[in-house]
Amino acid sequence: MKEIYFDHSATTRTDERVVKKMLPYFTEIYGNANSQHKYGRDAMEAVDEARDKIANLLGAKPSEIYFTSGGTEADNWTLRGVCEALKGKGKHVIITKIEHAAMLSTAKELEKDGYEFTYLSVDSEGFIDLDELEKSIRKDTILISCMYANNEIGTIEPIAEVAKIAKKHGIICHTDAVQAVGATRINLKEIGVDMMSISAHKFNGPKGIGALYIKTGVPVARLISGGHQERTRRGGTTNVPSVVGFAEALSLTYETLEEDVKRVVSLRDRFVDRVLKEIPYVRLNGPKDFSKRLPCNADFSFEYIEGESILFSLDLAGIAVSSGSACSSGSLEPSHVLLAIGVPVETAHGSIRFSFGKENTVEEIDYAVEKLKEITTRLRKMSPLFKLGGEVKEV
Amino acid sequence: MYNEKVMEAFQNPQNVGEIEDYSGLGKVGSPACGDVMQVTLKIENNVITDAKFKTFGCAAAIATSSTATQMIIGKTVEEALKITNKVVIDKLGGLPPQKIHCSVLAEEAIKAAIEDYEKRKNAGVTA
Repeated sequence: MKEIYFDHSATTRTDERVVKKMLPYFTEIYGNANSQHKYGRDAMEAVDEARDKIANLLGAKPSEIYFTSGGTEADNWTLRGVCEALKGKGKHVIITKIEHAAMLSTAKELEKDGYEFTYLSVDSEGFIDLDELEKSIRKDTILISCMYANNEIGTIEPIAEVAKIAKKHGIICHTDAVQAVGATRINLKEIGVDMMSISAHKFNGPKGIGALYIKTGVPVARLISGGHQERTRRGGTTNVPSVVGFAEALSLTYETLEEDVKRVVSLRDRFVDRVLKEIPYVRLNGPKDFSKRLPCNADFSFEYIEGESILFSLDLAGIAVSSGSACSSGSLEPSHVLLAIGVPVETAHGSIRFSFGKENTVEEIDYAVEKLKEITTRLRKMSPLFKLGGEVKEV
Repeated sequence: MYNEKVMEAFQNPQNVGEIEDYSGLGKVGSPACGDVMQVTLKIENNVITDAKFKTFGCAAAIATSSTATQMIIGKTVEEALKITNKVVIDKLGGLPPQKIHCSVLAEEAIKAAIEDYEKRKNAGVTA
């Protein structure tokens, strides 16, 4: 049985070198980083070193990196922290329709508390409209947040432009860069955002650790109350092994980033080309210009068939992917991202995201295309909609 | 998330297709909701002699379609009407809670096909 992992946007395998680097911090250097004795000082030294490394790689100051339990906490903290800190100034926040659930569900909760949200629409490839952003700004707007790159369709948003507009109006600008960090070299000095969410497990780091970048001077209230950790802005005993693993993963990723990206892009392009040529009634979702798309991402809607049944058929063939269908998400609605870019509901139900990694091979790509051909043919033969589409075609 | 019986029924579904000279046809669901099932039945002397389905839907919808059609073949119309989604789920050894609603489709499609059959019979039409 093949074991092919095409779900790198969901998570990645932790690099052995990362695990090795982390291990001593469980059993040897196990002190609480906030303790004053040697055990604590040694642990803190590792945390400081990791923070320096991460800050340096991202073009930030070490004091601007705040460790969190991951991307979701960083997103929650951004929305709640800025809203709380600036509630005297305004109650209006601008985000996009295609944010991760970590942002969208927090926004829904804050709306109940009286905050007002504008959800920027996106075009058919997932790009926001900068004019719409500018027009949405109000006197009481306190935060603009736009994801760096979309997790489902791979669209890379014009973040530097968003940050420029925010700066012009004196509004805090945040980006959820969970999918982007590790896929592209990010220099915080250049993109000009005030806050950025990061998650380590997306680039071969451990799960359960991430960071929120908060530029010096940006007002953000605490989300997690507790001790004096993270310059009193985020309570909770520092997760020393994970922090160390996070820094190591980012460092290793950056060492070979360009060559890895090139490799992943060539795999992705081969897959997309073959699927579009060899499988009928398929729609590629997301940017056609692949320079504005995450290197790992290929998202398709297969007409007349349902995504979850494609996902499990691929799973039975040893291929792991994600689906944007309602049946996969546990809700009745298919992916909000696909609906936002205008994919018809019935088509959105048949959507599959393939996200490749540097460990994938050409053989895996070709095997997956062959399996996908068999699966789509089989499921279409079974589908009462296929005939309604006008043609029953042997493929 | 699915048990082996469900995965087996999903992977090797029985009775896929369409009976050309069907006695009754039932089609329920909608593409927008993500599931559509069509059942065609051959009914002779009040007994279901053949059943075929076509389903657009998730693994649970396909597995229950297969199992439900298997269970009604050889049954009288009255017996077939007693085969609810619960009976089909039990036969499959259970479904995850969020998937129970997907199994209703098969029951409804079979009921719709039987209604169609009754209508045709009363109108004296045969396909």
